[in-house]
Amino acid sequence: MELTQELIYYYVNNAWYVWEQFVRQFLMSAYGVLFGAIVGIPIGIYIAHRHKLSPWVISLANVIQTIPALAMLAVLMLVMGLGPNTVVFALFLYSLLPIIKNTYTGIRNVDPAILEAGRGMGMTRMQILRMVELPLSLSVIMAGLRTALVITIGIATIGTFIGAGGLGDIILRGTNTSDGTAIILAGAIPTAIMAILADVFMGWLERKLTPGRRNKRSRIS
Amino acid sequence: MLKFENVSKVYKGNKRAVNNLNFEIEKGEFIVLIGPSGCGKTTTMKMINRLIEPTEGKILLNGRDISTMDPVDLRRQIGYVIQQIGLFPHMTIEQNISLVPRLLKWPEEKQRKRASELLDLVNMTPDYLDRYPDELSGGQQQRIGVLRALAADPPLILMDEPFSALDPITRDSLQAEIKNLQRKLNKTIVFVTHDMDEALKLADRIMILKDGRIVQFDTPEEILRNPAGEFVEEFIGKERLSQIRPHVQTVDQIINPAPVTVRPNILLSNAIRIMKKQRVDSLLVVDREGKLRGYIDLEIINQQHPWTGKVSDVLVENMYKVKTGTFVRDVIQTILKRGLKYVPVVDDENRLKGIITRTNLVDAIYDSIWSDRENGNIAQ
Ligand SMILES: Nc1ncnc2c1ncn2[C@@H]1O[C@H](COP(=O)(O)OP(=O)(O)O)[C@@H](O)[C@H]1O
Ligand SMILES: [Mg+2]
Repeated sequence: MELTQELIYYYVNNAWYVWEQFVRQFLMSAYGVLFGAIVGIPIGIYIAHRHKLSPWVISLANVIQTIPALAMLAVLMLVMGLGPNTVVFALFLYSLLPIIKNTYTGIRNVDPAILEAGRGMGMTRMQILRMVELPLSLSVIMAGLRTALVITIGIATIGTFIGAGGLGDIILRGTNTSDGTAIILAGAIPTAIMAILADVFMGWLERKLTPGRRNKRSRIS
Repeated sequence: MLKFENVSKVYKGNKRAVNNLNFEIEKGEFIVLIGPSGCGKTTTMKMINRLIEPTEGKILLNGRDISTMDPVDLRRQIGYVIQQIGLFPHMTIEQNISLVPRLLKWPEEKQRKRASELLDLVNMTPDYLDRYPDELSGGQQQRIGVLRALAADPPLILMDEPFSALDPITRDSLQAEIKNLQRKLNKTIVFVTHDMDEALKLADRIMILKDGRIVQFDTPEEILRNPAGEFVEEFIGKERLSQIRPHVQTVDQIINPAPVTVRPNILLSNAIRIMKKQRVDSLLVVDREGKLRGYIDLEIINQQHPWTGKVSDVLVENMYKVKTGTFVRDVIQTILKRGLKYVPVVDDENRLKGIITRTNLVDAIYDSIWSDRENGNIAQ
């Protein structure tokens, strides 16, 4: 009981501060994923078309993924200094793997017969990509973005160690206080909610973008 | 309209899939490529729209070397239908059908009009336009696949085993439809199959391939009548040969070579005598050079009672006759429909070679059934 009261007390007194950190954390993750998409989707498309390259590129992205977040931040900090930009860059690196992998998978999974029909009817490479491959792999690509966003929202919490702010600030403050459980929760709960919301929203978007009849019909009704 | 000159395709690993092909196809022909799996049918077809580039030789389309043309432009002028159908699942039927018109930037109205016009051609209602491919049966989907190839009205259409994944009944009706469309729209079609029945049904000419070479390239009749060697015979199937042979028999094979004839200048009274003696009720009139002039029969003579005139005065010149080399199956129809008792057979100079009687036909049909029995299978 006491804990809940403390929590409510904290939110009432720091509402604006918590909201600010919430938005800040979300923006860091969103930018990370956005840049990840800008770089990762074209890479995914490229290796899907030259798939001899794909094992190399995907292993590289895999290696990045296995670096512990704190170590990554520390190394990046040496090069880029403190602040949110470094965190965004780290998040960008972490989002690459799911985005590249899903784009690659999505495009490779387009039925070769459909591609042959397109080519045989005189579509250019760009037209095939724009009118066939991308629409048909969109939902898989979206699934990649969804994974990336959920991962980065979690990782962004430790941005506080290099002074990037975010909900991690609140958690860290709680750990430094003698009886800070409520404060830790005050930072952790919004982080979890953000991750869940992002997951639900992206999942919804993914289903919307699934090609085919069922989804088109349900949009009408 | 389409010509292959010494065309070969060598794949990586020195696999010679197509070996020095030379042939020419005329506008409006329905050409079927057939042969065992791996004989190079698909390779031959895909070289036409440059999905595969030949290693050697030249392919000319309306006299132009296609290797000098932009492949994308070339493909938009050639319809293409594949076995796996390959409709775009995220596009409506209308968008699927009008894909090439859209690539060619036709006005939208024209695209839509064309799409419903085409649907009408295969007796599908316009409400299909807004549906998605997965709402259609396999047969309907391939109909759309064919319409999609027809959309921009290309003079040449390539089809790679388009019906082989369909059930036999659907396949049958699609075969009939495509043959119909081809005739109606005067398209040139190059059609790949491994099914001899399909080839015989559709083709104006069949190209039989083996190991990348042409074994025989001829009309279905000619291939059945004169298969070029054992390979073709085996490929056609012994069964089918015995079944189909009667239908490709020519009249010469069942002709009665000695019909009763008279000269035009003899008297009618004499003609009557000949009829009585030979026990026939009609006589073919042939002149000194052996040319058929017409016929007389009992009814005509009867009306001329005192039989003082000559045969030439009363003979009927206008009669149904057939040339030597005509297929029996083409004559059967006429004989049955017009209720003819016999049909004279003449050569190119109108010289009488003999007649086909109803009895001859019975023999021919009986023979075919009987020889089938001997082979242990009775034609249904
Ligand atoms: N891309 C390729 N690379 C190497 N060999 C091929 C390729 N495509 C086809 N072949 C070979 O060429 C031959 C002819 O193939 P294809 O034209 O597809 O035959 P069909 O359509 O008559 O079954 C086959 O032996 C096949 O294995
Ligand atoms: Mg093939």
